[in-house]
Amino acid sequence: MPKITYVESNGNSHTVNVENGLSVMEGAVQNNIPGIDGDCGGGMACATCHVYVKDHWFDKLEKKTDGEEDMLDQAYEPKKNSRLSCQITITDDLEGLVVNMPEKQV
Amino acid sequence: MIKTDALIIGAGPTGLFTAHQLKIIGLSCEIVDNLDKVGGQCIELYPDKPIYDIPAIPECTGEELTNNLLNQLKPFDIGFHLGERVDELKKTNNEWEVKTNKGKIFLTPNVIIAGGVGSFEPRKFVPKECEKYEDKSLFYSVKNKKIFDGKTVSIFGGGDSALDWAVELSKNCKVNLIHRREEFRGAKSTVNKIYELQKDGKINLFTKYQLKSVTGNGKIDCIEIQSEDQKVESIKTDYVLGFFGLIMQLGPIANWGLNLDKKTVEVDTEKFETNQKGIYAVGDICNYPGKLKLILSGFHEGALAARACFALARPGQKYRFEFTTSSKTIRDRLGVKSD
Repeated sequence: MPKITYVESNGNSHTVNVENGLSVMEGAVQNNIPGIDGDCGGGMACATCHVYVKDHWFDKLEKKTDGEEDMLDQAYEPKKNSRLSCQITITDDLEGLVVNMPEKQV
Repeated sequence: MIKTDALIIGAGPTGLFTAHQLKIIGLSCEIVDNLDKVGGQCIELYPDKPIYDIPAIPECTGEELTNNLLNQLKPFDIGFHLGERVDELKKTNNEWEVKTNKGKIFLTPNVIIAGGVGSFEPRKFVPKECEKYEDKSLFYSVKNKKIFDGKTVSIFGGGDSALDWAVELSKNCKVNLIHRREEFRGAKSTVNKIYELQKDGKINLFTKYQLKSVTGNGKIDCIEIQSEDQKVESIKTDYVLGFFGLIMQLGPIANWGLNLDKKTVEVDTEKFETNQKGIYAVGDICNYPGKLKLILSGFHEGALAARACFALARPGQKYRFEFTTSSKTIRDRLGVKSD
């Protein structure tokens, strides 16, 4: 089970093991990590699981689909390295992944 | 003032079926929803996406589900109050006085919250100072386009609302269209129109820019926008419009003295009643051990909450369980002929 680190905007960091096949959003919600809401349940229909991914990790992730980019238009403070965490599926390749959460989701 | 046996907050699938259950057992009901149409998340978030887990319906879209639920309500007389948000709830003698943002007042012994994940509100700009210009020179929707005539309007967003208004307002105003990336997600024909208008000098396009700050005195004079590579541009503008879609906020529900857990309301699993007598919560917004956020769970919860409403709406009368297949009373309510 890869270790994933979620960093809140105030710097608080949470590292948990998340099962392969789950999304980064599910990893946060199932472990009660604050800062990721996932209101729509992973349907890419809201923008409340928004995270920032630092460059070296960002490039390792599967590319964003158009639908994800469209949804990010509606996120709070989107940046170039924004992702919807429901669209990042955990695999062994992501061991040690760090995601940073925005100041808020809604 | 509208008197009713039960008031439902939220016209999503759970709210609609709860209305059906109330009418089947002979209670009156009214439905309020902040959106201007029924269907809730099914219509707002995924009208075209297929749903595969509605019992006995192998596959349907959010829109089809909503239409079917509305069809099922056809025999009944139900008051819909769309585009209104319930703001206040207060107890007056054993009844709840419920007030909407448009000043409408309901008096009812039963309030059923079928609010999904809260009410849909426009996503707002990030800079804090935007708030003080809101509804004066900064808007998230257009109510009267005449006020923009001859002025400079800066429109933010990349979807249909932003593009449609950019095209429309370019007829009588100077328009700046600002979007966080190169690609627009609006209809292709509208996107092409935007590029044409840009060529003709009717629209100034700024892509890969976002709002950094707003300055003015009472009304906006100037905005600063910042690009991904930190380049800042200053633009003189009279008005700012933001179209970033809708987000879901718990909203006023948070102030009604209910036991909350994150964005959900705690209920019992007999009546789906909250810690306040006569206030129930059903569907995605309610929370109890084992809660599943499925539409089918919302239907079950609504059916039970409706029965609980009977006791408060008809004190002294005993609720008698009946099947729709065999009850003449129910068939009369449905307006179908009994054999």
